[in-house]
Amino acid sequence: MTTPTPTTQPPEASISARHAPRIQAAVETAQVIKIQRTIKFESDRVRGFGRDVMSVPGCEQLESCIQCGTCSGVCPLSIYMDYTPRQVMALTRSDFKNEVLRSHTIWLCASCYACTVECPKQIRVTDIMYELKQRAIAEGIYPKRFPIPVLAREFTEMVMKHGRITEMLLVMRLFLKTSWLAAFGNWRMGIDLLKTGRLSLVTERIRQKGEISRMMDAVDRRKGS
Amino acid sequence: MKYAYFPGCSLKGLGRAYEESLLPVMRHLGVDLQELDDWNCCGATAYMAVDEAKACVLAARNLALAEKTGLDQVMAPCAACYLVLNKTKHYLHDYPAMRTTVDQALASVDLHYSGGTPVRHPLDILINDVGLEAIRRKVRRPMKGLKVATYYGCQLVRPYATFDDPYNPTTMDRLIEALGATIVRYPLKTKCCGGSLTGTVPEVGMRMVHELICEARKRGADCIATVCPLCQFNLDGYHSAVKAQFGDEMVPTVYFTQLMGLAFDLPEKQLGLKRAAVPFTWRPAPAPAAPVPVPA
Amino acid sequence: MVSIAPEIRIGFYVCHCGHNIASMVDCPEVAKYVATLPGVALSRDYKYMCSDPGQELIQKDIREFGLNRVVVASCSPLLHEHTFRSAVAAGGLNPFFFHMVNIREHDAWVHTDRGEATTKAKALARAAIRRVVHHKALEVKRVPIHPDVLVVGGGIAGIHAALTLANAGKKVTLVEREPSIGGHMAKFDKTFPTLDCAACILTPKMSEVGTHPNITLWSYSDVVKLEGYVGSYTVTVRRRPRFVNEDLCTGCQECIGNCIYKEPKFTDEFNEGLGKRKPIYIPFPQATPQVVLIDPQVCLNFRKGVLADKCKKTCVEACGDRKAIDFTQKEEFKEIKVGTIIVATGFQTFDVKRIPQYGYGLFPNVYTALEVERLVNASGPTAGEVILRDGRRPKAIGIIHCVGSRDKKTNRWCSRVCCMYSMKLAHLLKEHTDAEIYNFYIDIRAPGKGYEEFYDKLNEEGVHFIRGRVGEITDWAVIPDEENKLVIRVEDTLAGFVRRIPVDMVVLSTGLEPQADAQGVRRLFNMSCGPEGFFLERHPKLAPVNTFTDGIFIAGCCQAPKDIPDTVAQAGAAAAEALALIDRGHIEQEPNTARVLADCSGCKSCLALCPYTAIGFDEATHKAVINEALCKGCGTCVGSCPSGSIVQNLFDDDEVFSEIQGVLAYD
Repeated sequence: MTTPTPTTQPPEASISARHAPRIQAAVETAQVIKIQRTIKFESDRVRGFGRDVMSVPGCEQLESCIQCGTCSGVCPLSIYMDYTPRQVMALTRSDFKNEVLRSHTIWLCASCYACTVECPKQIRVTDIMYELKQRAIAEGIYPKRFPIPVLAREFTEMVMKHGRITEMLLVMRLFLKTSWLAAFGNWRMGIDLLKTGRLSLVTERIRQKGEISRMMDAVDRRKGS
Repeated sequence: MKYAYFPGCSLKGLGRAYEESLLPVMRHLGVDLQELDDWNCCGATAYMAVDEAKACVLAARNLALAEKTGLDQVMAPCAACYLVLNKTKHYLHDYPAMRTTVDQALASVDLHYSGGTPVRHPLDILINDVGLEAIRRKVRRPMKGLKVATYYGCQLVRPYATFDDPYNPTTMDRLIEALGATIVRYPLKTKCCGGSLTGTVPEVGMRMVHELICEARKRGADCIATVCPLCQFNLDGYHSAVKAQFGDEMVPTVYFTQLMGLAFDLPEKQLGLKRAAVPFTWRPAPAPAAPVPVPA
Repeated sequence: MVSIAPEIRIGFYVCHCGHNIASMVDCPEVAKYVATLPGVALSRDYKYMCSDPGQELIQKDIREFGLNRVVVASCSPLLHEHTFRSAVAAGGLNPFFFHMVNIREHDAWVHTDRGEATTKAKALARAAIRRVVHHKALEVKRVPIHPDVLVVGGGIAGIHAALTLANAGKKVTLVEREPSIGGHMAKFDKTFPTLDCAACILTPKMSEVGTHPNITLWSYSDVVKLEGYVGSYTVTVRRRPRFVNEDLCTGCQECIGNCIYKEPKFTDEFNEGLGKRKPIYIPFPQATPQVVLIDPQVCLNFRKGVLADKCKKTCVEACGDRKAIDFTQKEEFKEIKVGTIIVATGFQTFDVKRIPQYGYGLFPNVYTALEVERLVNASGPTAGEVILRDGRRPKAIGIIHCVGSRDKKTNRWCSRVCCMYSMKLAHLLKEHTDAEIYNFYIDIRAPGKGYEEFYDKLNEEGVHFIRGRVGEITDWAVIPDEENKLVIRVEDTLAGFVRRIPVDMVVLSTGLEPQADAQGVRRLFNMSCGPEGFFLERHPKLAPVNTFTDGIFIAGCCQAPKDIPDTVAQAGAAAAEALALIDRGHIEQEPNTARVLADCSGCKSCLALCPYTAIGFDEATHKAVINEALCKGCGTCVGSCPSGSIVQNLFDDDEVFSEIQGVLAYD
């Protein structure tokens, strides 16, 4: 970007002409580091979100959180997360819904329950993570081809239809909906599974086919009422 | 000793070696298993990520079916199924609103669950019902010289650690020692393997698998013994990917029931040993010609 | 229409209490109404009855109008019943002919409708008028206080209380369970925040106790029975056998040197199991009394048969002319009479084995805080050198705060002193080893005098403070630097990432909890405890050293975790409370006690019900007997007696029923 030369020549023009190179250098430096202004206003909070999550059975204890960090300390996945479990607890309690539902944390949680067992206030952290996963899926807040929620959706659809999971078919549907490349990347494993007789493409199903969907409809009806 | 048997989807699919080795071992010990008729998927971790009430209903259908059989206990070998079924029982007990929802859903298909029928893991049943003494007596090929890293994973001992300690479980250790093998100290015995992350977020999942295998090797283990089909699949099925990325030398991962089967000298064909990607080739010394009682 | 005997002349006063009552109750209206009731000689309303003029008014009226009953309708009896009873007594009338009605907390303050409030006030007044007719003259009881004191527990609290009382001229018996006094403080190396050597400040006091003419020190003893009541307790103390005569032993310790065990072999309790001792031993060099003792569990002389013969009794030989060793010593029971008791039995530390994730017992180099105190102490098992169990000297040390505390799975409370002593240990370890020290905390609690400054000092010394609660200690090494170390994985919550820190030594800052036998002890002394198990004070703010049993006081950590300054302050407070009773010489008891009538059938159902164990049974007359000094007038026995043979002063049937009838306006 060059400083435009003014058409009329005011007396200061010569000074700005002298400083132009320095200004240019500063501007270029500014583009090397990316400055981000982060300040959260009260309008960034979604009031009632925390209360809402805590009103779900199993999530009440979050009120007692003292932010000790034990959950993050024992979580085997915390080192891969953008917000640690402790931060997610703080954000949830403070109603920062968008930050929480858009975090990687809720998806990377493998529900190993290490946090729940160690928490000194007996907060069921894992169940809160499940609750947040459910909300993110319900509101469709996740990148379109992100495997984890896609897997959850495909899983539930398969169970609804057949009552049981056929793992190979599930994996194939997952790759179809997320990344074809990943499917091809695992060709070696595919051969292994074939060789060891674990590659079964026969759909497992229960006999009472409609029962699952009938039960789920009953749940929906109750929720609606 | 008769139990309702809930295999779960995995034991019919990728984890079929678990079922293949479990059934003959149980039969050999006089434990009668009756597969739950028309059981459905327990929901595992995936369903709970979508809808809590529906996940409970899914699991509760199995509990209702189990109650219908009249058998007073259920055996669930898959650690995830074990956790989900027990968790559902707790939820139904602690949260009356959830209970009502589930009762109504079950009623819509003429099923009813009144809250009984404990769901137990084979390790629990083997240690507490069958007893280590009875197991020791059935050992015909002591696994002497085999060094085993017992890997419990996370779903079995947390959060409902009814039959073993959540931080330092020892039931599988004692069981394998009763077979004559040696347990190596394995500090990661309850560290999560990553579950489905190996498939969905490989850069995370692979490293978690690598950490488990690397430490087992470092501690001198000849094999890793597991209780969960997903753990076994992660530690075994992804071996080439893990080796390619981290250079790990592989350690075979077997089900504890497969080790029991070998020790009992059951026909190898029945134990599903060929199903592993990393072959487990160690074998105990052949059984003596005439059966001699193994001293306790 | 209720008829009242003509000689009854009741004076009724309704107080405005400024605006408190008058804003909601029409006081003149109430006074006018009560004037119409039978038995009422005069009825007044007044702005502030509790004021001096108000009280004088009562006295004047009693004399001028010949009143023989007085009723005041005002605030809560808790506030001014005593005031008005004294005024009545000053007016020449027995104070128990007075009755007080609460029309403030029970009426004006809980109503929003003036009409309803006034109606209620009238009903309450009417009830009081009918009741007071049946009041009888009663005398306040005086119970004499025996001047001697029992102090249970010889830690710093017990020592300070005993010395305070002894210096005031009172005879004190100090009973301590361990062979020496000193308590936990004797085990500390230095104390925070001044870094005073614990032994240096404690031992002079211990020595004073040992030589004070007014203190009888019974160590290696415990209280087994308590009978009696405030001012007159009979205590039975069991003196356990040391197998050494305390009066003859001079503390020269030659016997220990001559024991046939050339090397110490047995677990040394004082050094928290880190060192070893012989069967004949003295707990620590400055023990008071300076007397050795013999452990019968391990001394060969107490084994049967061949082993007993093996011992040549070289200890007795070394003792020589003093002849202090006596293998035939038996336990003795002693009885003493005291007027007041101070319970200062202290605390125990949290058992870290309840948290197996921290690896205590699994990894040799995980220590508890008390073990570290002994490790760094010059008279400890390693003479103050920080040498770990596996022989190495640590280059990096992790100190974990809040072990067992602030945790719903173990102890919910904060143990108050651990942050400070963790900092102290950090300083001492830094001084002794120059290692990298990491303190892992949730919050830093440094509220006392000089405490925040101590924290500053630690920061200046380069001790690392990491805010993150440690979940577990592991020996799983992820990088070469972690091999053969204990790894602490923790979220550094302030920095915002997870860290792995390999250390050589882990120190667990264990919390404080009630002693293992606290429940048994408190039942012995008739005390209550809170939900955590610590002994319950009468009021958390205004009566922290009193209990609900008169004459029994508590001090120190048996009441709640606290540091040494607060412990000493409480010990002094308890001594002062005891002195107040003793020097006054008596206490006055409210005569609302229960009494057993002659028609008692001897069924004994009341005996077990009394929460104050005030009811005894007279075998001769086959009737229950209530000890007036112990009775607190709770009314449990009165309500439960199947034949209605127990009645209670101030709550007799005629008094209570007439009050009910008055409220309901029954005729």
